Amino acid sequence: MAAVTPLLLLLLLSSAPSFSSGSRNAYNINGRVKIPQGLGLGTKGYALPGRMSNVKVLLNGGQNITFLRPDGYFSFHNIPAGTHLIEVSAIGYFFSPVRVDVSARNPGKVQAALTENRKGLSELVLEPLREEQYYEIREPFSIMSLLKSPMGLMVGFMLAVAFLMPKLVENMDPEEMRRAQEEMRSQGVPSLSSLLPGGARN
Amino acid sequence: MAIRSFLILFILFFFSSLNPILSLYEDQVGLVDWHQQYLGKVKQAVFHTHKTGRKRVVVSTEENVVALLDLRQGEIFWRHVLGSNDVIDGIDIALGKYVITLSSGGSILRAWNLPDGQMVWESSLRGPKHSKSLLLVPTNLKIEKDNIVIIFSNGRLNAVSCIDGEVLWEKDFEGESLEVQQVIQPPGSNLIYVVGFASSSLFEMYQINALNGELLKHESAAFSGGFLGEVSPVFSETVVALDSTGLILLTVSFQNGISFQQTPISNLVKDSFGPAKIIPSSVTGIFAIKMNAVTIVIRVTDENKLEVVEKTNHETSISDALPVSEGQQAFALVQRAGPEIHLRVKLAHNWDDNLLKESVKMDQHRGLVHKIYINNYIRTDKSYGFRALIVMEDHSLLLLQQGEIVWSREDGLASIIDVTTSELPVERDGVSVAKVEHNLFEWLKGHMLKLKGTLMLASPQDIAAIQSMRLKNSEKSKMTRDHNGFRKLLIVLTRAGKLFALHTGDGHIVWSYLLQSLQKSKVCQHPIGLNLYKWQVPHHHAMDENPSVLVIGKCGPSSDAPGALSFVDTYTGKELSSLSLVHSVAQVIPLPYTDSTEQRLHLLIDADKHAHLYPKTPEAISIFERELSNIYWYSVEDDNGIIKGHALRGKCTGEVADEVCFDTRELWSIVFPSESEKIIATVTRKLNEVVHTQAKVIADQEVMYKYISRNLLFVATVALKGSGEIGSVTPEESWLVAYLIDTVTGRILHRVTHHGSQGPVHAVFSENWVVYHYFNLKAHRYEMSVIEIYDQSRADNKDVWKLVLGKHNLTSPISLYSRPDVITKSQSYFFTHSVKTIAVTSTTKGITSKQLLIGTIGDQVLALDKRFLDPRRTVNPTQAEKEEGIIPLTDSLPIIPQSYVTHALRVEGLRGIITVPAKLESTTLVFAHGVDLFFTQLAPSRTYDSLTDDFNYALLLITIVALVAAISLTWTLSERKELQENWR
Repeated sequence: MAAVTPLLLLLLLSSAPSFSSGSRNAYNINGRVKIPQGLGLGTKGYALPGRMSNVKVLLNGGQNITFLRPDGYFSFHNIPAGTHLIEVSAIGYFFSPVRVDVSARNPGKVQAALTENRKGLSELVLEPLREEQYYEIREPFSIMSLLKSPMGLMVGFMLAVAFLMPKLVENMDPEEMRRAQEEMRSQGVPSLSSLLPGGARN
Repeated sequence: MAIRSFLILFILFFFSSLNPILSLYEDQVGLVDWHQQYLGKVKQAVFHTHKTGRKRVVVSTEENVVALLDLRQGEIFWRHVLGSNDVIDGIDIALGKYVITLSSGGSILRAWNLPDGQMVWESSLRGPKHSKSLLLVPTNLKIEKDNIVIIFSNGRLNAVSCIDGEVLWEKDFEGESLEVQQVIQPPGSNLIYVVGFASSSLFEMYQINALNGELLKHESAAFSGGFLGEVSPVFSETVVALDSTGLILLTVSFQNGISFQQTPISNLVKDSFGPAKIIPSSVTGIFAIKMNAVTIVIRVTDENKLEVVEKTNHETSISDALPVSEGQQAFALVQRAGPEIHLRVKLAHNWDDNLLKESVKMDQHRGLVHKIYINNYIRTDKSYGFRALIVMEDHSLLLLQQGEIVWSREDGLASIIDVTTSELPVERDGVSVAKVEHNLFEWLKGHMLKLKGTLMLASPQDIAAIQSMRLKNSEKSKMTRDHNGFRKLLIVLTRAGKLFALHTGDGHIVWSYLLQSLQKSKVCQHPIGLNLYKWQVPHHHAMDENPSVLVIGKCGPSSDAPGALSFVDTYTGKELSSLSLVHSVAQVIPLPYTDSTEQRLHLLIDADKHAHLYPKTPEAISIFERELSNIYWYSVEDDNGIIKGHALRGKCTGEVADEVCFDTRELWSIVFPSESEKIIATVTRKLNEVVHTQAKVIADQEVMYKYISRNLLFVATVALKGSGEIGSVTPEESWLVAYLIDTVTGRILHRVTHHGSQGPVHAVFSENWVVYHYFNLKAHRYEMSVIEIYDQSRADNKDVWKLVLGKHNLTSPISLYSRPDVITKSQSYFFTHSVKTIAVTSTTKGITSKQLLIGTIGDQVLALDKRFLDPRRTVNPTQAEKEEGIIPLTDSLPIIPQSYVTHALRVEGLRGIITVPAKLESTTLVFAHGVDLFFTQLAPSRTYDSLTDDFNYALLLITIVALVAAISLTWTLSERKELQENWR
């Protein structure tokens, strides 16, 4: 997290011209990546890769790749005029690709927009849209989750049968009851095996 | 009845409790997956051992990696993979805390913080013309307390500040034909010499003030013989060059005017071996030349006299100079001799004595020593000790110290060309029952621990014990076949021409073999490995044979270079045989036929369109001749925009009369208009893909028949203007056309144009669908499209009465020559990321639903359910469609972080994803390779056919016990009640 902290201090820095013209119709694209501190604190469980050194910035699907300076700034050199696509690859964060127009007629003009939500950017400051959580979070143990599991259901069903059935039996007609009991006796003492699903079929 | 309803209830709840997405808990990392990090072949290494404590080395590699390694164990402290066209020209350490890298043909200079790898600054250097790129970090040169870096690149000399990368001064060398060869900075002075050749016979020397870039002196002298190749600096004011014939050595001194001194090589060595080549070295007064296989080390005396000090037939590598005490320089020579390598460390001015002489035993399969870097340390008795970092022919990196290999890294695995798999041997002796009982207590204890874990009662020690128990599962790295087919061998071919067998359980190297047929030799100067095929997969009647693979290579990059075959046993890792072919290899077709020993028939097509059959046995020929008329293939000529279909005609006629040679004929050709369409991608189905069912039951009980043909080819073409990079065209000038072509008849089954789109196109073809990824210029976003193709001719078979009365056409023969009646359905979606590669999961029977595996530009692998790419998705699916599993239509494909199969890891430099079915239908094995390797198991529809590792047997036991207890309790209760009833 420590690496991210100084970024907040730089938040108010005025925007330098994002594009500076170079020689022979080649331009530079300058921008910065900012990972706000608010993100990342809410999660626990996996080590937040807050290191800025692992962030890559890619132009036009990997045609050029650059890295971030400690303050989050990056630049692409010798870029021809046209419409380009900048992507940020950072483990743990989701960045929208950015459409950047480098104009030959009026160099220095900023025209950038997030392609995911078509939001325009007044300056080339890229922030993650959201954090990416690669792992499922283990649910803390609760009685409900245990009961909901197949085993819990089995025990629950069993208990229900054991304690609710006698209640139902009580309301039965005594004569019918006797008949049922006699029938049962004629079948013999139910063994454990006959109660199990495999034995019941015999 | 109760039991049945109970079961239904059970199943219902069981499935409802399943998570719909595939995901991983953090503590499951490393259970079935493994990740290995590599660097590639090291091309430069700089030691950082000044400070006491940490000993480190910075390396740059041919995979464009810059990394800091621990010198004790060879572990990576940090690593950066630069872009694929950002080739590293030079690295060095400045100020003792920055790693300086020069890359992209000398146009990008970066400084990285040495301890943590954070980039500190980056500068872009430009110049008037293309030239050699040289990086120099002088130790004691300061401009206003600022240490500087001297760079010569693109015809311009720059001095850059170490602190912030600012260019302090620059000087152009615009001379028309000037080719700068060396930039020399004599230590302790403020001068820089720039030496080079102009118009091939002029030697030019510029003397420049290092403090301000001022030109102090410019001299040039002509040498009528001309120059060849590189120069090697021997003293700060003397270089050695070769004349244009390569037979005369020139000692050029430029201290007071330029003077040449010629020494014919024949004067130095009695027998000449043809033209020589200089091997530049930075050692004062020593350089080496190479003539054919002979290396000659030459010493330059103070009077510029040349003296041969060593002549050897062994491949010799010389290290750079290493300054040791009192202005002395040490350097190392290393040679391979049989099973050993000989390392010698000498002082530059004293050839006759060795500071160190060691012989180290070295595995034969590491080949020759390609590079050596040395570093010294002070022993406890105050004498110098040396450690040497060597790069071998197989691209591995080793550290030698005191005659031993301290550590080794298999960095050849960073450049994999092709991958195939092989089964492990069957286990002969079954596991004895006694062994199981012996472990019963352990087993129970383990499950009790697990139970504690699930109930969140486990202490931190317990959790650690559980984790280590799961990771240490010895089952997974066993060397025998398992019931589920999870354990296999991954056979990989690397660019160095080495074959590795990796175990899928934990990724360890089972064996490795340096293929002689892919090594540099007199007949073959630039061998290239091409492909790996399964040659022999024994089962049924040939069970006793070991499986083997076929390695195909060729000599040199040209299309008519002769091929080379090699057959390697995958159990033993030994080469069975190898063949040097007389013909070239343009295309390899594994045929679906095997001979009696389960050897697969392969057809090799050469550049002259002759087909050659392997194996060359009479049996194979007889099998092949029976099927001669059923063999079709196609070829793609990207440059001309032509796709051709071919078939066989008969035995070869003419001068190359060979039993296994066959003539071919062209059946059809599709010519794309060269001005408007350029082929950028062609994809077919995987040969070994299994399709479970041809019918697809859709909502309202309708049936659709998939059009499944092995002979479908997907082709994508773009407008010529749009074949460049993103940003180079406007949407109006670019379009992308996708075709589905039948490769037997050449019939175009489907054609669709995407206006305002361009490549690169990445596609995957499976069953009856193709998914492709491209760039939409209008929306300026990436898009993925799906095309599904269905057979209409069978659509009227759904009438039961027709089936009963036998009026269906299910038994009518299917021929590609009959006009297929097909319909296609397609849909497009936005996709956020750039894509490097796309693969699809494959399972044994093809029942399990499919997932796309998308290798993103961020070097992660994303699993995306095929259901998201279903052309029948609508905005508001009906109830029936929802039940069928159709997802409401959205304009973009979702990226769910939990479905990254690489979770929080990156497969740096990702190049390919391979999927292999396991024996268990639900599971597929995924192997992703690039600079890193990553392997995992995936279950696209969850493991519905086996219990997961997580399954809690203890909980099951407890439940059963509880149930039995409840039964006996209720039994006694009812007994008692009955007794009371009877008494009443």
